[in-house]
Amino acid sequence: MLEADLQLRLSRLDLDVAFTVASGEVLALLGPNGSGKSTSLRALMGLLPLAGGRVVLDGTVLEDPAQHVKVPPEKRPIGLMFQDYLLFPHLSAVENVAFGLRARGTDKKAARERAAQTLARLGLEGRLASARPGAMSGGQQQRVAMARALVTDPKLLLLDEPLAALDVSTKTDVRRLLRDALRQSSAANVLVTHDLLDAVALGDRMVVIQDGGVVQTGTPAEVTARPRSRYVADLVGVNLLRGTAHGTVIEIDGGGKLTCAEPATGPVLATVPPVGVAVSRQRPEEQEPNTWPGRISAVDLMGDRVRVRIDGTPEITAEVPPQAVDELKLDDGGDLWASVNPESITVYPP
Amino acid sequence: MSAVEEQKQPFNPLLAVLAALAALFFVFPLIGMITGAPWGNVLNVITTKSSLDALGLSIVASLSSTALALLFGFPLAWLLARGQFRGKGLVRGLVTLPMVLPPVVGGIALLLAYGRRGIIGEPLDKAFGISLPFTLAGVIVAESFVAMPFFVITAESGLRSMNRRLEDAARSLGAGRMLVFRRVTLPLIWPSLAAGTVLTWARALGEFGATITFAGNLPGKTQTMPLAIYISQSSGKTDEAIALSLILVVVSLVVMIFRRRLSGSASG
Repeated sequence: MLEADLQLRLSRLDLDVAFTVASGEVLALLGPNGSGKSTSLRALMGLLPLAGGRVVLDGTVLEDPAQHVKVPPEKRPIGLMFQDYLLFPHLSAVENVAFGLRARGTDKKAARERAAQTLARLGLEGRLASARPGAMSGGQQQRVAMARALVTDPKLLLLDEPLAALDVSTKTDVRRLLRDALRQSSAANVLVTHDLLDAVALGDRMVVIQDGGVVQTGTPAEVTARPRSRYVADLVGVNLLRGTAHGTVIEIDGGGKLTCAEPATGPVLATVPPVGVAVSRQRPEEQEPNTWPGRISAVDLMGDRVRVRIDGTPEITAEVPPQAVDELKLDDGGDLWASVNPESITVYPP
Repeated sequence: MSAVEEQKQPFNPLLAVLAALAALFFVFPLIGMITGAPWGNVLNVITTKSSLDALGLSIVASLSSTALALLFGFPLAWLLARGQFRGKGLVRGLVTLPMVLPPVVGGIALLLAYGRRGIIGEPLDKAFGISLPFTLAGVIVAESFVAMPFFVITAESGLRSMNRRLEDAARSLGAGRMLVFRRVTLPLIWPSLAAGTVLTWARALGEFGATITFAGNLPGKTQTMPLAIYISQSSGKTDEAIALSLILVVVSLVVMIFRRRLSGSASG
């Protein structure tokens, strides 16, 4: 089990992030670029010294600046898989994987045997195992990196954007391979990603970080059903509104009102799926509660649907079928009326 | 080696003529040497005692100064590449100055520093009776002064261009600093080190100006091959000068071929 409380001061970022990961669990650290994800991993690894907080792994204190404890990176029982793999270009695949075993004192023959076995389990055998990384495809290099991180049986496995460098067709295969490998590992696993799909597919729990701080924790289902930040809401693809509820009416911060089906009181968050937003050029004739005008600010094609961003009070995104672009002449811009179905709104405390 | 196919250039006559002239410019001196060499007499000339002395001195001095360049130059290159200290630019500038300085000027500067009356040389002479000028040690000092910058610069650029995160990766795999250096850093910068060593050695072997100014021209003591060649040539013994020159040409060619092999195998 990993208990991490990471406090760091860097020139471009102040990091203050705390989380725990049980052995055998996969924690997905999700956040935009520059939010402090990779910095957190480097700190866990001991490559960046902490200013405050502590790192405890299976009861052993790895770092605690208050107690002047800092175990050097090479003495930490941690496996690290880098986004760009960082395979040693001058060593073959087997030698890359055997490196960690050799560094920890295994003799050459035994290290090479175990390395070859681990590679074989991930589908790299024979000539591929003795090839250098430069002669391998991205997916193959990824497997070597995975084998190299796993072969030493680390107590903590850190994965830095493990799928980011792969093209879409290999990604699905490797994601499955990685999920199986993580399921079998008894280590505490921390996966850093900015891809919601990776976080949901591989993570048991998620920690969302932004600007060096935690903005939300929970299971992938909880986080995606009730996003607490614009960042997650955008990834999930829903409208997130912040406001104060008075019964079924929510007064939205920054102006506007929304009527929902379920009553609530006090500060709330509300999500509106874009499919629950209807649009028209004319003001709807029936006086419905959730209807307001705005200016079209963006029209984007998302698969077989079209998303229209309407700059009104509040700002909202609607999803319409492609033929609506022609019928409503959305490409011309101008004003549009948005109507939100009260049944589609989800309200929850912030 | 390279998998990328080069784009075919359209034929440009002006370019071709200029390029051919440039290539010929280098070819003719070599042809001149081969045709002008006293082939019947070469073996006799190069096996005289004075020739063998000069060759031996050249080899000993150039290898010694190359060894010194590695021993002291590598730490310097390391600090220039990775250290953070004030005046780094100034240090780099001073270290590389001998690369652009006329070697004779370097020899004068060496005399003023390490000569019998020099700011370091005088106390050294008084305290320990050590005097560098006109000795083999003086030859080595002169060659090191001129040649070491080539090693420092090449090693530094090798250290700079390597991906340092590979060292992080090695540490994350449990390797201590020494092991990281031995198994990751050194193999990765090996081509630069090899190139730097060869350049340094070649520069030391050919050193003339600083050597003759600082260490003099004493046959059997400080007279290296380039000095012997110059003396033969200027005293009218052209055949001897050509024969001695041929040795250096052969040595240089062998080193060039060896160097290509060396850096080729390390990077491929």
